[in-house]
Amino acid sequence: MSELHVRIEGIGAWLRGASDWNTLRAILRGAHGLREDAPLKPAAAALPPAERRRAPEAVLLAAEVAGQACRHANREPSSIPCVFASTHGELSITDYMCVTLASAPCELSPTKFHNSVHNAPAGYWTIATDCEHASNAVTGWHASFGAGLLEAATLALAENTPVLFAAYDTVSSGPLAEMTRTTQPFGAALVLSPNGSATPLITLRLRAGTVSELAALPSALSTLANDNPLNAHALALLAALAQDSPARLTVPAASGLLLDMEVLF
Amino acid sequence: MPARIPSLAVTAYSATSALGHGVSAHVDALRSGRGSLRANDFSSAPLECCIGRVEGIEDAPLPQSLAHWECRNNRLAWLGLNQDELFEAVSAAIERHGADRVALVLGTSTASIGASEEAYRRLEDGHFPQDLRRPGIHTPHSLTAFIAKATGIDGPALTISTACSSSAKVFASAERMMRLGLVDAALVGGVDTLCDSVLFGFNALELVSPEPCRPFDARRRGISIGEAAAFALLERADIAPHSPRLIGYGESSDAYHMSTPHPQGRGARAALDDALARAGLREDQIDYINLHGTATLKNDEVEAAVVGERFSPRVRASSTKGFTGHTLGAAGGLEAVFGLIAIEHGFVPGNLGCTQPESVCERQLALRSEEREVRVALSNSFGFGGNNACLAFARADFA
Repeated sequence: MSELHVRIEGIGAWLRGASDWNTLRAILRGAHGLREDAPLKPAAAALPPAERRRAPEAVLLAAEVAGQACRHANREPSSIPCVFASTHGELSITDYMCVTLASAPCELSPTKFHNSVHNAPAGYWTIATDCEHASNAVTGWHASFGAGLLEAATLALAENTPVLFAAYDTVSSGPLAEMTRTTQPFGAALVLSPNGSATPLITLRLRAGTVSELAALPSALSTLANDNPLNAHALALLAALAQDSPARLTVPAASGLLLDMEVLF
Repeated sequence: MPARIPSLAVTAYSATSALGHGVSAHVDALRSGRGSLRANDFSSAPLECCIGRVEGIEDAPLPQSLAHWECRNNRLAWLGLNQDELFEAVSAAIERHGADRVALVLGTSTASIGASEEAYRRLEDGHFPQDLRRPGIHTPHSLTAFIAKATGIDGPALTISTACSSSAKVFASAERMMRLGLVDAALVGGVDTLCDSVLFGFNALELVSPEPCRPFDARRRGISIGEAAAFALLERADIAPHSPRLIGYGESSDAYHMSTPHPQGRGARAALDDALARAGLREDQIDYINLHGTATLKNDEVEAAVVGERFSPRVRASSTKGFTGHTLGAAGGLEAVFGLIAIEHGFVPGNLGCTQPESVCERQLALRSEEREVRVALSNSFGFGGNNACLAFARADFA
């Protein structure tokens, strides 16, 4: 099986209690716990103010972490393609759509409908940043983080371009929550590059298998990690990136397929 | 501009839509100009419009071993997978390369949201009814998870959900995985089924036509929604020297508006340019373009201008959505198959429903089917969020 080598140029993260990568990095290094004064909504400064006010949570989350990662990488968002991964997309809109369709289908909001597409964050991001490059929106259910990362790394290497990768999930609501329960919003983003000198360098390898044991996280993050596999897998990689020392970890890339990662600084 | 890519063989393909089950039903209908749109008899509440509804889904339950995945979208996927010996071709590819060396990349816009809608209509004390308490069918990955299980594909399994470009982009992702040596084959395609979300959603946007859709007609009144399953098996060209080829693709973003195309077709042109560059072709080497052609005022206006400016009248173009309706996340895959049909059966499908074509692309539009040699075919797909893709296919001896 071929290896993929990508460099991490930039990192972004948002959760309740850590609204940027530096704060999350300190938590992952054990410096402190979640910040009680942290904002409850992502700032999403990349979006124009009007969009920021009315955008759904998924769009705010994705735009926030994507913006952070691009700034950290010192890359113009308009200059690179993007891959957005989410297990479920905007669950509050799915709930709204199903409730409205069951009661008064002709009253469905046209804005909610076009915001219901899985690629709404990719759409708002490319519009806000004037990015004409390819944009993608993917899911791999419980392997969404690994599947999305594989797609982004593949794009970076095949097209020889830096790629923005953002993974996020929103809070479930309504009866659907019994099928797809998530209680906290979370997003993480990376700018991956096929070349250059940025560190760390990650080597990705695919391997058949189903078991991926993840290292323990600081207790402040365990609820978030247990909330949703996407969170757990993203946090496992971010925990490795926070340590500035070589690490190995494995996350699922599909049902029955594992993505081994070797992180070198 | 991107570099030219090595072409890939399309070693099997199939389509199931309102036109029928399998390739030959589509060849017959497209060649003879027989459409399939009918008065809406699907939505859970009345909605005056026309739809492209696949016959027989209601009578085709999943096999018992896959019953856990039961829902309309997975039924249509299973129906589609079992046409044209596609299932056997996938099994042979798994045998040839190994299950973990075959990727599965599928596009869908709404996956099995119809099952979630039904659960909300049938809530019991605020909870999903027992028969629908199956998390696997309430996720946008439902289709891909089901097909992976049904086929035994163990390689990368990715759902692309970029609205109406979803199952065009799957060809690009699969090509990249194969070029990097991650896998040796990929089953790609798309499946979307009729559901209230899209019927009432497009109705809310005032984009649904009360009559069968008329792409590129000056009097067009909007889209007719359809459903389809389409699949293609991609392998390296040396495996099947005579099979038609995927020779290029382009992907782009409009960076303009969530539900309206860029007025000058910025993203559509960028996707076309990239597809031509990857294929190593000029515009005058294209024989047929299957247009996105949804029959909305804006889409067709913008796309017609791009076709009229960039292509000579020698290049034949048509939208086939007058035959099938707009099959949304399945449209990219379905219309890729129509490009392959044009190449392998030697005809250009007509632009059903159009009698007064937009003048700007009048000379390129094939209003009726035309018997002619098609060596290279393009297929356009544009989605919400300004998400665009253009695919290029060629006859083996041309690639």
